[in-house]
Amino acid sequence: MIMAQKTVLRKPLGFIDVYKHKPGAEKDRTHYCPGCGHGIIHKLIAEALEDFDIVDKTIVISPVGCSVFAYYYFHTGNLQVPHGRAPAVATSVSRANPDSVVISYQGDGDLAAIGGNNILQAANRGENMVVFFVNNAIYGMTGGQMAPTTLEGQKTTTTPYGRNVKTDGYPIQMCEIINQLTAPVYVVRTSLHDMPNIRKTRAAVRKAISNARDKKGFSFVEVLSMCPSGWKMDSVPAQNWIKENMIPRFPLDTFRDISEDMPAIERPIPVMDPDKVKNILGYSALSDSNLEKNPDADFDKVALRVAGFGGQGIMSAGIALANVGMEYGYNVSWLPSYGPEMRGGTANCSVKIQEDTVGASECTEPNMVIAMNQPSLEKFEQIIVPGGALIYNTTLIDKEPARRDVKVYPIPITGIADELGDTRVQSMVNVGAFAAVTGMFDPGEIENLMSSLFKGKPESVIKLNEIAVRKGYKYVKENFS
Amino acid sequence: MPRKLMKGNHAAVYGAILAGCKAYYGYPITPASEIAESASLLFPKFGRTFLQAESEIAAINMVYGAAGCGQRVLTGSSGPGISLKQEGISYCAGSALPCVIIDIMRGGPGLGNIGPEQGDYNQVLKGGGHGNYKVIVLAPNSAQEMCDLTMLAFELADKYRNPVYVLTDGVIGQMMEVVELPEPVTGLPDKSEWAIYGTADSRHLINSIYLDHDDLERWNRELMKKYAVIQKNEVRVEEYRMDDAEIVTIGYGSSSRVLRSAIDIARERGIKLGMLRPITLFPFPAPEIASLPDRGLKGILTVEMSDGQLVDDVNLALSGKMISDLYNRMGGNVPTALEICEKVSELYGV
Repeated sequence: MIMAQKTVLRKPLGFIDVYKHKPGAEKDRTHYCPGCGHGIIHKLIAEALEDFDIVDKTIVISPVGCSVFAYYYFHTGNLQVPHGRAPAVATSVSRANPDSVVISYQGDGDLAAIGGNNILQAANRGENMVVFFVNNAIYGMTGGQMAPTTLEGQKTTTTPYGRNVKTDGYPIQMCEIINQLTAPVYVVRTSLHDMPNIRKTRAAVRKAISNARDKKGFSFVEVLSMCPSGWKMDSVPAQNWIKENMIPRFPLDTFRDISEDMPAIERPIPVMDPDKVKNILGYSALSDSNLEKNPDADFDKVALRVAGFGGQGIMSAGIALANVGMEYGYNVSWLPSYGPEMRGGTANCSVKIQEDTVGASECTEPNMVIAMNQPSLEKFEQIIVPGGALIYNTTLIDKEPARRDVKVYPIPITGIADELGDTRVQSMVNVGAFAAVTGMFDPGEIENLMSSLFKGKPESVIKLNEIAVRKGYKYVKENFS
Repeated sequence: MPRKLMKGNHAAVYGAILAGCKAYYGYPITPASEIAESASLLFPKFGRTFLQAESEIAAINMVYGAAGCGQRVLTGSSGPGISLKQEGISYCAGSALPCVIIDIMRGGPGLGNIGPEQGDYNQVLKGGGHGNYKVIVLAPNSAQEMCDLTMLAFELADKYRNPVYVLTDGVIGQMMEVVELPEPVTGLPDKSEWAIYGTADSRHLINSIYLDHDDLERWNRELMKKYAVIQKNEVRVEEYRMDDAEIVTIGYGSSSRVLRSAIDIARERGIKLGMLRPITLFPFPAPEIASLPDRGLKGILTVEMSDGQLVDDVNLALSGKMISDLYNRMGGNVPTALEICEKVSELYGV
């Protein structure tokens, strides 16, 4: 008689040998109930990780639900995450570690209810991950409440009269929904109710994991799984219940398998080298030296409000002036009109140019206003401090300002721009006029700055704006000296 | 240093790039969208990750995942979005994950409006999420500080393995100022003790579950110790004309900018006004505020763009030795320097 060979059983290497994170004395068995499907799926995953030799590079995301403690078991990197968010976390984990195999393991409440959007969006982005969706038609962990996948008429602790489709809706078929999206490469539904189906599940688990290993993209494996405790059944009736009740509603099928045709996803390698970083940010083109200030300027400090219609270059005039001020070594600030005004007829911005640190950036008491249209003149004329300056656009404003205690500069700003053939250069006419009125900026220096102010714009545009600055400057010098 | 005129929101993204931030996960919301837009423009140039998440909740959970993988990671939002992120921020704090969250505050409650406000003070400072935790909160008041404090935020996040907020309002985010661009950070901290890289040596566990009550209490106490160290070491304030001040104003962010102008005006009128500006809101400069009464002041005036959220903490710090007055604007309104001067004159008869 031949003695039977002794078979040594061992856990697959995908499992931690001793479940050290699990509290209590029983470090060699799972926390799952007898007859539960989680243990079977865990084992199929752990075996695949060993067989593919990828235990080291795998990262498992534990959800909220009965598998919240999946990290007790898998000998991988583990993150436990908020309810429903496993696909979001798996997304950034996969992006951070593009060579790893990322597994999002979720139940039906987690995935199809609270995390419904997260799973759809991760699938739609085609993230390189495997999602194992354990569908047992119930919230197991919290004691058997209705899940999105609970069957019509099924009694749970929150559907004591049975799920009423008229008030609770219908069981959600996640594979069918995921299969509507373009990006997923593998979508399959299997079951654990008997050995042939466990073997099919095994094949699906291995296919999905190998997809992630090969960076093929998003694989979705839904597994119909027993919950004898939640269903209040023995194990064998639970298996039969899947066959008789769940499968008619959740047909077993390979909905999609296009991974063969997909190229491996490539992610860029982050640039961290300091010199390269500075180069990309364009440090070398940025100046750090100051132009010489004009000691005889009429203004040594400007709080300017520029106002007009949207499209009159209000914002860009302000930004250009702040930029020039910076080149002279002044402290500057620029603040766009903020709030409801943004959507209204007038746009305005505040610009401060001064020696000392700028406090409030909004010019509530400006010493200069540039009014490009009638409503702006009406709105801002009154807030100029006595002795300040008011530039207004005579092309569009025919009413004279009322203020007599400020210096008034009527200038046909739009007209000058139109003569140059492009209304858009109004903003630079203003810059030129500002330079002449304040004496703070030299028009020649502004010209030198034009290529950086209009970076990336064609030479003709830069030239035209240069002329606009000159025209604005000249108009003030010739008419108000 | 090379300098550039830029919006506060853009400066924060530059700060993140310079600090070695490898990923941005965010959801659009006014007035913080420019942070996401700027990140979407810049991060790909560096081969770093920009992802527009499906929701604020997804974004903070992506931050959780990236932080768990040892990356410096950023998200940005505004009030309603921060409300949604709070659960995830609690998880980050509970799992000791370093990350940076920028909150460009807007008007509230509810949909409110998109004007500048400071009404998120309590939800950010008092732990809007569940459980026992604190977050470090930095409060920039200029474009330069948006860059510098975002860089500091990453440093402190890693140093203490804790979420760090950069908290400011729409004015500071939208305003353009000159930013002197610092050198990129080199030598990022080693996180191999706990971060997950998908390698044999990094099979760590990131979680916040402590089933055993005593275990969780032990962890709570460890966190408390950490917060005490932060309180001791990391308080930052700016003082303005405090040397001979007889009336001290307290404000952060936009209101502190207006206070600077108000103080200059008041000084011209012969009123000795000064400012203590918290740059860190947690740790709160409680000792600095507690010592103010020793100066024999005529008064302390807290100026904020919220409904007395800051003044509560000021008065807690003062412990009844003095009581700070409050001047506040809300709804998207920013106080003006003249308003503040008038209030000072009215309150203190100067």
